[in-house]
Amino acid sequence: MLLSHRARQLVRYLPVLPAVLLLLVFLAGPVLWAFQASLTNAGLTGRSARNPEWVGLENYQRLLTDPVFPLSLGLTVLFVGGSAVLGQNLLGLAIAVLMRRARPAVASLVGTAVVAAWVLPEIVAAFAAYAYFSKDGTLNQLLGALGFGRPEWLYAFPMVAVMLANVWRGTAFSMLVYKAALNDVPTEVTEAAQMDGARGWQRLLFITLPMIRGSIATNLMLITLQTLAVFTLVWVMTAGGPANASTTLPILAYQEAFKFGDIGYGTAVASVLILIGAAFGVVYIRLLKEPRA
Amino acid sequence: MRHRALKNMSLFAAALVALAACSPGTPDEGSKTLKVAYQKTDSFTALDTMFQSAKEEFEAANQGVTVELQPIHGNDDDYGTKLALALRSPSTAPDVFYEDTFKVRSDVDAGYLLKLDSHLEGWEDWDKYDDAAKAAGRADDGGTYAVPLGTDTRAIWYNKKVLAAAGISEPWQPRSWQDILDAARKIKANDPSAIPFNMYAGKGTGEGTVMQGFYELLYGTGSSLYDEESKKWVVGSAGFKDSLGFLKTLYDEQLAVTPAEALDANVWKKVFGEWFPDGKLGATVEGSYAPSFWQKGGSYEWPGYEQDMGVAPFPTQNGDAPGAVSMSGGWTLAVGAETKEPDLAFKFLSTALNQKNSLAFTVESSQIAVRTDVAADPGYQDANPFVKDVSDLVKVTRYRPATSDYPRISAAVQEATEAVITGSRTPEQAAADYDAAVTDIVGGDKTVRK
Repeated sequence: MLLSHRARQLVRYLPVLPAVLLLLVFLAGPVLWAFQASLTNAGLTGRSARNPEWVGLENYQRLLTDPVFPLSLGLTVLFVGGSAVLGQNLLGLAIAVLMRRARPAVASLVGTAVVAAWVLPEIVAAFAAYAYFSKDGTLNQLLGALGFGRPEWLYAFPMVAVMLANVWRGTAFSMLVYKAALNDVPTEVTEAAQMDGARGWQRLLFITLPMIRGSIATNLMLITLQTLAVFTLVWVMTAGGPANASTTLPILAYQEAFKFGDIGYGTAVASVLILIGAAFGVVYIRLLKEPRA
Repeated sequence: MRHRALKNMSLFAAALVALAACSPGTPDEGSKTLKVAYQKTDSFTALDTMFQSAKEEFEAANQGVTVELQPIHGNDDDYGTKLALALRSPSTAPDVFYEDTFKVRSDVDAGYLLKLDSHLEGWEDWDKYDDAAKAAGRADDGGTYAVPLGTDTRAIWYNKKVLAAAGISEPWQPRSWQDILDAARKIKANDPSAIPFNMYAGKGTGEGTVMQGFYELLYGTGSSLYDEESKKWVVGSAGFKDSLGFLKTLYDEQLAVTPAEALDANVWKKVFGEWFPDGKLGATVEGSYAPSFWQKGGSYEWPGYEQDMGVAPFPTQNGDAPGAVSMSGGWTLAVGAETKEPDLAFKFLSTALNQKNSLAFTVESSQIAVRTDVAADPGYQDANPFVKDVSDLVKVTRYRPATSDYPRISAAVQEATEAVITGSRTPEQAAADYDAAVTDIVGGDKTVRK
């Protein structure tokens, strides 16, 4: 009886088995491989490509003394904080809220324009952004026509340019999440608040936002992790330059592993990136789990 | 700009298609397949042409063997990365591939390349290669692992019209760095909108920064990057600081492009495609392959470039002997160490590099011949009016130290030039940063103060 009960329980997990296997092979596998490689001096070429040696934590010690690493870490935080947590998140929310009040024609027009950037493959979006911000690009032609200066965005303000590009590209996702969430807020509640004399912003702050808290946390988690991993956009626009001024962690990992052929050190950078992503993930999941007040 | 973005996009799309075509098919029973990996870009198709013709020739002569061409679309850096990744696993490693001379030694260390000595013995054409070129494929153990395709040199390319307008007589031959500055200032005074004398700098142009720029300066000061005798890297040299100082002068006095333009990885396209043909640029240091861009069928066709352009050796700092500096690189063909068909692979390599194919490739890509029978061919000598001038530079040319530390050292040099032209460090500070970086990379016992 006991056995059959246990067996039945096992059978219950059977449907998720393929998913778990896929996750193990394609997610846990590479993560473990990266972590293992970060403890060796594996190289792309040269003697260490044939016989990588175990070097323990040497790569991580090197990270601590590498002047580019803290810079890169700071830039990554700036990039994620500025373009995802603030930029995409707030802009997406604002557009979703405003769209509920706009005329249907305007709303669908805005929606299409925002989603268009998101539909583009990353490489195409990256080239479009490069063309927009480059010296003779669209932005400078517009500014020039209006009589303003023509700053070299990608050279003088590389982080501003890549952050704006990431906001442009990613806002659609937040907008869609919030649009769906707002549709689920029962109208009776907001109407009741209206009856009590709550103004628009009060209704948003005290009624709507607490009610979509779950969606906010989910959205923040997804866009944070997505933005942490952004590589193509930055690589195409600035390649991390000038003088490392836009070298976020994925760029640093790529440069170390593939440009300098130091796979061990590159995977150490990547492992740190994984840990940061995991930390964010844990925080957001806790946020999700807390019982609703 | 938009246009360029479009071009890049289409290039990428083409790369995707090509990569999709690279996925291994199931070979028919009994037939053999040779995989050939090489670089192809929108401005470099000469190699593709060569392999297409070699494939036809080879398949006709060897029934049952299929040659699978796998062009990799990308710049030199990306090609190198892609190739190295493919070489890591026997299942993806190509049988024959295009290999940069300065990566031969480290790839031999990694066990990626097949030793060709026994195959070369039976190949009568091998005697036609000149000895200096043969050395490019030789590793530390004395064995030969790669067969050179061609080589190149670097020189000053100048626009005669721009120089003439500033009253500089032709042929222009600067004898020292001062002569270059004098001429550049004259051009600037005559036409403030012109770019008098550009030299690449910064990390954007990658190896171009050092090969077509910094090393011409450094090796003209009597200093060097690497001491071949003691096998140690040189730090603290006055020549290094002087070279950075020269770049600082060029950029500070706006005799070169703006620092922002210099850091754009695509600046060389403007040099060849816009500034020289439009008469905006006085002179620059570039490779002997420059005419390949301008000649008929090149990516920036420029009828009449033969009349408008001139070439001059880059001078030493104060005109000391030998009076000129040049740098050489070049590419080779190699056979993968894990190939299942070493004999067939070498046979294909020798077909690709036979006199006919070598000649066509050398002419189309404006390379300097490494085979004596190609060098003697009138088709090569008359390919463009500059062949003799740039070939003569082989006498003074230098090669990069091809150790596995080199890519990092090169990056440190590029960083030093970037810091100087953007004004974030003085030449002395940047040189000190470089010394620290080198010591960090190779260890203090592998450096020598000179």
